Amino acid sequence: MEKNDLNQRYEDYVASVTPKTGTFHSLWNSFWIGGVTCVLAQGIGDIYYALFPHLGKDLIVNYTSMTIIALAILFTGFGFFDVIARKGGAGSFLPITGFANAMASASMEFKTEGLIMGTSVKMFTVVGPVIVNGVVWSAVAGMINLLLAGGA
Amino acid sequence: MSIKTLHKGETGVFLTNTRIIDKIGPKPAQTIVYKNPPHIIGRMTVVGAKEGKGPMGKYFHRVLSDDKMGEKTFENAEIKMLTTAIDGAVANAGLRAKDVDLMISGDLLNQVTTSNYVARQYHVPYFGIYSACSTMTEALNLASTFISAGHFDNILCSTASHFATAERTYRYPLEYGCQRPPYAQWTVTGAACSVLSSEGNGPKITMGTIGRVVDFGTTDLNNMGAAMAPAAMDTMVALFRETGSGPKDYDLIITGDLGKLGSDILRDLMMEQGYYLGQRYIDCGNMMYDSSQHCYQGGSGAACSATVFNSFVLDKMLQGEYERVAYFATGALMSTQSCYQGETIPCISHAVVIER
Amino acid sequence: MDPLLDKLLVYLIVFAVGGGLCAIAQLLIIKTKLTPARILVIFLLVGVVLEGIGVYKPLNEFCQAGISVPIIGFGAALTRGAIEYAKQIGILGALGGGLIRTSLGIGTAVVMSYIVTLIFSPRSK
Repeated sequence: MEKNDLNQRYEDYVASVTPKTGTFHSLWNSFWIGGVTCVLAQGIGDIYYALFPHLGKDLIVNYTSMTIIALAILFTGFGFFDVIARKGGAGSFLPITGFANAMASASMEFKTEGLIMGTSVKMFTVVGPVIVNGVVWSAVAGMINLLLAGGA
Repeated sequence: MSIKTLHKGETGVFLTNTRIIDKIGPKPAQTIVYKNPPHIIGRMTVVGAKEGKGPMGKYFHRVLSDDKMGEKTFENAEIKMLTTAIDGAVANAGLRAKDVDLMISGDLLNQVTTSNYVARQYHVPYFGIYSACSTMTEALNLASTFISAGHFDNILCSTASHFATAERTYRYPLEYGCQRPPYAQWTVTGAACSVLSSEGNGPKITMGTIGRVVDFGTTDLNNMGAAMAPAAMDTMVALFRETGSGPKDYDLIITGDLGKLGSDILRDLMMEQGYYLGQRYIDCGNMMYDSSQHCYQGGSGAACSATVFNSFVLDKMLQGEYERVAYFATGALMSTQSCYQGETIPCISHAVVIER
Repeated sequence: MDPLLDKLLVYLIVFAVGGGLCAIAQLLIIKTKLTPARILVIFLLVGVVLEGIGVYKPLNEFCQAGISVPIIGFGAALTRGAIEYAKQIGILGALGGGLIRTSLGIGTAVVMSYIVTLIFSPRSK
């Protein structure tokens, strides 16, 4: 098709003139911001472990992620999470903090439509894919695991 | 300017033996020459704080310090902004609101909400239009047609866009941390209104070119400039061919919101069509922000070209710096749904020619 | 001295692995047209698979927060819950186990988001 050929040519041309994200720079930014987030979480976990050793590892892991989720949401509320994220890219959305930010930002954004029809309805607009896919595929994995274990 | 990109086009990355424009088909006449050209007798622009800090800041009539204007929601702020612009323009024209025969207005929100709610306050005949970022030239063309045909005397054309409401309609929540690619654009917070009249001394709208929907198969929602440049080219070539003019016949050629990348692409595309745009061509989106404001390729949105046109361009025309200006506003006509459904981005560009 | 060095090594590993995973995700954004939402789901599924085949646990022992803080850890936790609960109450336990295990995190996110929403409003940038 001639028209598609034209579109293809235009696409190639656009690709050749479109400025690219500076690969090294953005990789480095997401590397150190992601790394610092993880180190921060590790540090919080270690502090909890030192303070409350009787809680057990599982609970400490849970408390740690609750803490960084709460921190990320507070940052979102104060309005500096997106400033970090603009620099960090994947470094800020891949850690669980990004999940928390996506939830809080959607929830705040739709506050103007009311707490029921706005906030409550739209809270999962951005994180929906993660929760839905997580639940579905973990259930599948759990079933397969049980069937295999049962079979063996 | 962007010589570097321009040369890419010239060295044959995209150069073809066949002229693109002929692929779209034989042209119907798109250009209207207004028999009784209407005059722009009043205008007013209101912009947000960020736009006020940009290079165009000193030309705008009012710069807001608070993007929310003390309102509860950004939508209400947009309504208030548009109302301010309309009131100011009507006063600037020396009219009262009841002297307006017709109001033509549009914006970026679903169901043209802002314009509809503003029109509610005026009790004048009203057309709500949607043409994305090319709303202003669509309104000017419609108004000129009505006035030229003698149906109405005073028509106001207005448009508004707001960064916060557009983000919510088209993209992500405001506080969501996402990184934009370097070719993204920034929606202008602003509102503009021009009052057209059959009589008066202001600059005249002598011609208009109605654009066609052009789609070159671009799918990247962030790369609006590349999506809209072919539409601008289509309309520009139509205007030049049908009136037998060329870029040299205009003191200034402005496009709406192609941004830096889009305007470079347009230069390349026009070069391919045999027109060299050169120094007389500027893009409103490209001029809206300083590079230090982190707005990537520049401004976009319905208010982008409308505010620059109603302040900077008309100021310069009234001062006598420009005699004849061609104004091409460009709009991308997608919705968020159409994009998730894998559709490409159809675009349009309408043009008006203004003479002093 | 020795335990301190050990600790430092752990933190270095956490930094390198966590940062490395984020850099891979960033590379995917730059090189492909994948949206952040899709990349999140891909990494989540990596976590599900890693836990499903049983290699997540040793990885986690080694990398600690470096792998559990990125969304991979969330996917793994969901799967771990599903597997454990299925073992406890039968195959239907897989449907809820993931949520049970991650419920503290999700609950925090929902409640905190709600509280923050009551206090703050989004700002125009």
